[in-house]
Amino acid sequence: MDVLKFNNVSKDYCNKGESLEVLKNIEFNLIEGQIIAITGPSGSGKTTILNLISGLLKPSKGTIETSGEIGYMFQRDHLFEWRNVFDNVIIGLEIKKMLNDDNLKKVNRMLDIYGLKDFKNSYPSELSGGMRQRVALIRTLAVNPSILLLDEPFAALDYQTKLKVCDDMYKIIKKEKKATIIVTHDITEAISIADKVIVLSPRPAKIKKIYDINLTIDGERTPFKSRNSKEFKSYFNAIWKELNNDEQL
Amino acid sequence: MMNNCNIQLKVYKKQKVKLLLSQILLLIIFLFIWELLARLNVIDDFLFSSPSKIFSLLLEYIKTNEIFKHIWISVYETVLGIIIGSFFGILIAIILWSNEKISKLFEPFLVILNALPKTALAPIMIIWAGTGTSGIVVVSISILIVITIISAYNYFISVDKEKIKMLKSFNANKFQIFTKLVLPSNLINIISIIKINIGMSWVGVIVGEFLVSRAGIGYLIMYGGQVFKLDLVMMGVIVLAICAYIMWKGIDILENYFSKKRGMK
Repeated sequence: MDVLKFNNVSKDYCNKGESLEVLKNIEFNLIEGQIIAITGPSGSGKTTILNLISGLLKPSKGTIETSGEIGYMFQRDHLFEWRNVFDNVIIGLEIKKMLNDDNLKKVNRMLDIYGLKDFKNSYPSELSGGMRQRVALIRTLAVNPSILLLDEPFAALDYQTKLKVCDDMYKIIKKEKKATIIVTHDITEAISIADKVIVLSPRPAKIKKIYDINLTIDGERTPFKSRNSKEFKSYFNAIWKELNNDEQL
Repeated sequence: MMNNCNIQLKVYKKQKVKLLLSQILLLIIFLFIWELLARLNVIDDFLFSSPSKIFSLLLEYIKTNEIFKHIWISVYETVLGIIIGSFFGILIAIILWSNEKISKLFEPFLVILNALPKTALAPIMIIWAGTGTSGIVVVSISILIVITIISAYNYFISVDKEKIKMLKSFNANKFQIFTKLVLPSNLINIISIIKINIGMSWVGVIVGEFLVSRAGIGYLIMYGGQVFKLDLVMMGVIVLAICAYIMWKGIDILENYFSKKRGMK
């Protein structure tokens, strides 16, 4: 079942009286439990797609069909320094006035199983970068969204932490069975985490190609294992070529 | 490791005590030289007074309880000015923050009002608001409210736009964004605005008391000047300095408390 559908969506910005085309005829769909990665050259409007889905922006042309709540996670964790971990996690529930026993139990469960059990009363300044990112993810999941939007969620982390957090987040997303769109400029990250990779062209962004990622992996898939599969390199090369075609023009 | 840490803490405390002692010493040296110069008739103690004369006058005022009456009135007016001015200043800043059209409309007027020396308008304001406490408080409010509006507004709009976006992704409304993000993230800034307002409010109160009053520290200073009792003027200034410092220190302790609570210091 589709949880998200883009029907021929275009987006123009007005910049000092001039209209600037950012997205052109974008069409794709996201089904339950699937992870789609969107990659493309910088300034190609990757984040614009997320802002359209979340309703922070309206499309100029076309329609977007979504079902259920949307959870948006940003590059930086945006934890409030004056709130402890628990109070940070429940801020979405507070705003949506959804503070009830069920939801609080759920939040507590997530904090417990995702390694933050002993840090509920800690302040963000006492946490590591990876932990902060996990808190931000749980904050997003607390309102029980059916679609998860991740905007360069690992870009602020160092390489080693990035690989670890990427595995952690993948596990959480799969366990909570969330349909996810992840925007990233890192091709390896896109292939390692996603079921489908959408490659955008430079502005005005059109969909150049959609890759279905099929990897041979022993046992359960994790982003780290994905990186070691034998098909990984050929996907990388194909997408790399696709992205660099434009620069020669 | 623990030992090392303890030693560092001791050194740090020692340095703090040393600094305080040096500051007190500096004050004593200053007073000593002043007294000495007055006794040796290098400076005319009719014009410049001397620490001992100021001190004995102060004792006299304390004995008759008169000084407390003046302190009470001035502190009362100052605190009233700070509370009313800060409250309405921040309230107006909130309105400006919540509505871009209004903030754009009022921006040039605020800039001009800020540049204007408000004390120039003090005589008119006292006529408008009455010659008692109300007039003096109004002068003090007029001095601090505009700068409160401008600085609070600037703090409010400089909140991280991405954090606002994060709250908007949960469908937060303006009120929620303000109470959950803008206000708590600016708590320390608001305290520092109030800290600045202490000085501003004192300026307003003293100017107001210069113009019309029958009591207060400003009255004491003015009266002392008029009858050429310069000991009284000096005493007034010193009492004023002590009052202002105590109020400032109170807010400073509050500021430190909140900073520490958030683990920022």
